[in-house]
Amino acid sequence: MVEVLSEPGSRGTTGGALLEVDNLHVEFRTRAGVAKAVNGVTYTVDAGETLAVLGESGSGKSVTAQTIMGILDMPPGKITGGEIRFRGSDLLKLPEDQRRKIRGEGISMVFQDALSALNPVFPVGWQIAEMFRMHRGASRSDAKKKAVELMDRVRIPGAKDRVNDFPHQFSGGMRQRIMIAMAIALDPEILIADEPTTALDVTVQAQIMGLLAELQRDSNMGLILITHDLGVVADVADKIAVMYGGRIVENAPVHDLYRNPAHPYSKGLLESIPRVDLKGQELYAIKGTPPNLLDMPTGCAFHPRCPYKRDNCVTDVPPLNTVSGTRGSACHYWREVIDDSAS
Amino acid sequence: MSEPTVTQDLIQHTEQPTEALAGVRSNRPRSLWRDTWDILKRRPIFWISLALLVMFLLMAAFPSLFTHKDPSYAQLAKGMDPPSSEAWFGYDLQGRDVFARTVYGARASIVVGVSATLLTVLLGGVTGVLAAYYSRWLDAIISRVGEMFLGVPYVLGGIIILGTIAPAQTSPNEVMIMAVVVLVLAVLGWPILMRIARSAVIQAKHQDYVQAARALGAGPIRIIFKHLLPNSLAPILVYSTITIGSYIGAEATLSLLGIGLRPPVISWGIAIADHTRYIRTGAHAMLFPALFLSLCVLTFVMLGEAVRDALDPKLR
Repeated sequence: MVEVLSEPGSRGTTGGALLEVDNLHVEFRTRAGVAKAVNGVTYTVDAGETLAVLGESGSGKSVTAQTIMGILDMPPGKITGGEIRFRGSDLLKLPEDQRRKIRGEGISMVFQDALSALNPVFPVGWQIAEMFRMHRGASRSDAKKKAVELMDRVRIPGAKDRVNDFPHQFSGGMRQRIMIAMAIALDPEILIADEPTTALDVTVQAQIMGLLAELQRDSNMGLILITHDLGVVADVADKIAVMYGGRIVENAPVHDLYRNPAHPYSKGLLESIPRVDLKGQELYAIKGTPPNLLDMPTGCAFHPRCPYKRDNCVTDVPPLNTVSGTRGSACHYWREVIDDSAS
Repeated sequence: MSEPTVTQDLIQHTEQPTEALAGVRSNRPRSLWRDTWDILKRRPIFWISLALLVMFLLMAAFPSLFTHKDPSYAQLAKGMDPPSSEAWFGYDLQGRDVFARTVYGARASIVVGVSATLLTVLLGGVTGVLAAYYSRWLDAIISRVGEMFLGVPYVLGGIIILGTIAPAQTSPNEVMIMAVVVLVLAVLGWPILMRIARSAVIQAKHQDYVQAARALGAGPIRIIFKHLLPNSLAPILVYSTITIGSYIGAEATLSLLGIGLRPPVISWGIAIADHTRYIRTGAHAMLFPALFLSLCVLTFVMLGEAVRDALDPKLR
């Protein structure tokens, strides 16, 4: 594992971040045509940092995560370009057996629906213990002891009594805790949480987010939080990448984006959050429908729905313009947007 | 695995009655198999078929428990004598005790049925799992080959293969002829099991927990054995129980045609075949083996159905 990660000659840990996704392109070849799910996504996550990847269904956020994990179904999926560097070495070029070692130990993942992400025929303790037996060759009893410790760590009440219970005997929140316990079992450096709270009710959502934030602080992991819920990310994330049509349209430190978004899409998202002080008014909604991945709009993918649309939006793909320091916006008229949102 | 926990829990509950939360939840882990067992044990049909199964298995393993007569001892003078207090099921054409022969016949029928099913499960299971897991060209090849075997009618296939390997006039030894019949049944029957295993595994393969296992670093072997197989076992188990019954019937069919088991093996199929011509003068010599055969087939089919009903969540 270690020898894999500290490959000499790579860009190494000095320059880049812990995980760098660089200009990633992923397509799905279907009968109906080629669906371009990810079109040049670039983001980085460092140890101890939380990146929220925000976007609606089909924006490519989950596909990017699956590509990082190497669990994308290929075919129909196909990686057509880009690099994913973990500690400087390109994961996409590593042989499968080395990638498998990184999964779970280097980069780990929490799934959206914990009920279906846990194997129904084995007790949860067995499944957590399996992580130690699989990667560390731990003995049955040692692994089980560690499983109980982990269940305690993710705050499952009465962990010792519940270690032999099956997934369907737990509530949704508890199941997600077990999924998290499995994912953090081997102290991964990066944890990807793919909509970890979508299947849960609101009070439990807050608890799970709190747990993730706390675990991250304790072990200094890098956390990639994939979500479509703006409310979830505000408190936990350090920075946000907003995705639309397989591209990152805006990335920014979380507070900057909330204060004044620099892309019409992020602005629209923020405006469509229900607000107590605007009670009684009609709720704002972004007009139109998400882009069809099989037939992407020309130029800027957002132009059919954009209030700032001009002629060149239809023809020119906007580059990710630097707004300031680490902020970027893929909009030709980001200055206008940012001025509007500031006022 | 669960038993120690149960007692542990009980001890804890009696020691700490204040711990309300622990007291509420049932202290027995519930798995699919435990649920199934809970349903099964309430079904009379399960207990009936289980009792019959135990009886047939005992008959196959220790026939001398049921009769002290020698099934091969022939008294020609008593040929085709009807049932009497001396011989419950009467005598067959050669003057052998039909009851003894029926009891001893259980072994060959059950051994052939069970081992043909095991071989079928092995062949069909392995090919089905491989086809489903690796899909693409391997799946295409396995599926097409399976269809070719399925296209051969059972009896015709049996006649051709058995007629070639062990023609009717020859008399290979007991083990040999049984092995050949087992092989024929499995070779002609594996595609059905392959399809069942394949579809079950394909279904399991797209579950999130398989994705999750991959994401947490599991390799193909672990995924197949820990995730796919345990979750596809139910349909395979149900089908194989029913298959045992139908293979016992199939063995009898082949024996009836004179190409399956043959003397010196004692089997129900042979007994039926030997006496069909005498059905009007002495039906008993054919009737009793046929009755046992039907009962045995029924036992396995009933057992399979009971297990299937218990495993099917839609019927709960």
